[in-house]
Amino acid sequence: MKWIAAAPLAALLVLLPSFAGEFYVNLASQILIAAVFALSLNLLVGYGGMTSLGHASYLGVAAYISALLTSRYGIAHGPAAVLSIAGTTATAAFFGIIALRATGLGFLMITLALSQVLWGLAYRMSNVTNGDNGVAGLTRPMPFGISLDSAASFYWFALLVATFAFLMMTIFVSSSFGSSLKGVRDQPRRMAALGFNPWMIRWITFIYAGFWGGVSGLLYVYYNKYIHPTSLSTTSSAEALLGVIAGGSGTLGGPMVGAALVLLLKNYASAYIERWNMLLGLVFLFIVLVMPTGIVPGLGRLVTGLRRGPR
Amino acid sequence: MTPQMSNHALEVIDLKKAFGGLVVTQSVSLAIRPGERRLIIGPNGAGKTTLFNQISGDLRPNSGQIKLFGTDVTRFSPYKRAHFGLSRTYQIITLFSGDTLEHNVTLGLLGLRPSRWQMWRPLSFYGDLATEARRTLDAVGLLHLAELPVSDIAYGEKRRVELAMALAQKPRVLLLDEPLAGLSNTERSQVKSLIASIPRETTVIMIEHDMDTALDLAETVTLLNYGRVIVDGERDAVIADQRTREVYLGA
Repeated sequence: MKWIAAAPLAALLVLLPSFAGEFYVNLASQILIAAVFALSLNLLVGYGGMTSLGHASYLGVAAYISALLTSRYGIAHGPAAVLSIAGTTATAAFFGIIALRATGLGFLMITLALSQVLWGLAYRMSNVTNGDNGVAGLTRPMPFGISLDSAASFYWFALLVATFAFLMMTIFVSSSFGSSLKGVRDQPRRMAALGFNPWMIRWITFIYAGFWGGVSGLLYVYYNKYIHPTSLSTTSSAEALLGVIAGGSGTLGGPMVGAALVLLLKNYASAYIERWNMLLGLVFLFIVLVMPTGIVPGLGRLVTGLRRGPR
Repeated sequence: MTPQMSNHALEVIDLKKAFGGLVVTQSVSLAIRPGERRLIIGPNGAGKTTLFNQISGDLRPNSGQIKLFGTDVTRFSPYKRAHFGLSRTYQIITLFSGDTLEHNVTLGLLGLRPSRWQMWRPLSFYGDLATEARRTLDAVGLLHLAELPVSDIAYGEKRRVELAMALAQKPRVLLLDEPLAGLSNTERSQVKSLIASIPRETTVIMIEHDMDTALDLAETVTLLNYGRVIVDGERDAVIADQRTREVYLGA
């Protein structure tokens, strides 16, 4: 039933460039990229109970590696992408070892601190990263010789990658390992007594989340053809985290809805109101007050409530 | 892990544990044979659960040794001990309340299987896990509730899920921390016959206050007080002992 309901949505997504203007197609591409990023963060926050305030590191590291390799060293997009994802995953593995010495608030602070280190490096190591000027003049890859320079072709590319990422992460959370992860989130002591290694489960998830964060970073740098240290900033991490929480952490749809919301507010509201951040804050306040578990679980409850009728 | 010959399923040797100035385990030594049914009794605060927590690895002792089938596991983390055949239940119910009973027991099974690391295959594809989980739930008389979340079932039923999770692992040594706490009379007799039906391959060590029920299940009894072993031995001898009457049973 669920799949039948998803068919019109899938058709709508695939056919979007045929009826929407370039502006909207580009907006949709950005939403897809943000959705992949939010989904990867949600593995930590929602399914692992590890609230990270430094997830932008992985988006940024992947984007910077790809940008520098292709522009400065003239490496082709294919190997650059592989190296970028490998480098990002390795960074996540290393950061995970440090951050997972703690849980809860301590974990959050360490992820924040580590991401600040990278942000500082991107700013200050200007001989490598070009500092505040960012790395500009980048190109998009041409997979199988297909140019991704038009809005529509890039959108389809992003849709393909995002769909694959969504499927992989859906399978991940419903797998045995996903059950282990949720168990460790809810009852770590019990899980250890049952034979699960909580630390290892958290670490592997941290690496996996870093991997998909890296994938979103590649899409991000391909889309913008430009990368700036802001992408690594705490603001970027916090925006994604807010999106995940607003949409509904620990659900598959929630982070995507939340990511879309943040992007739409950013793009639309900023055209009318200078202080769009304030509006974003008010919207989040409203969501947290009305639907504390997020939009998707909140609406879900509303729908079941309406179906049952007034009690 | 070289298997060593040992006559004991569980050996605790001169175990000591203190929280600051409060000594909770003082030179405790126990030797439990394979298949034995051991009851651990003692007044509140005698250090019974603390002893369990050290055996299961949740707490590190300050000194002393814990051996499972001759292997020193004192420095093993809890999950390694589980793979060594140790299972436990908790005095305070520690279940996955949002998940179904079947899923809870499945986690017990998964904990000892390599497939717990599998990321690319939905858990629901493992038909054998579901079958096994349902068989275990049937054994504790809860099969009819298998699809319900733990949060929807009664307290007495949750106690039995605690037991089912541990039993599903077919442990060599099973630690039961007050399995009868808070149960009605009917439930008590249900859980009692359940514990009585645990196969002899499993060594059972139980903390319990309900003497009427627990003594029927026990072969040997250890009395703890202020973290010390006061009396230790065959059930009837311990019960008849003057010190047991003084410390625990009352005059």
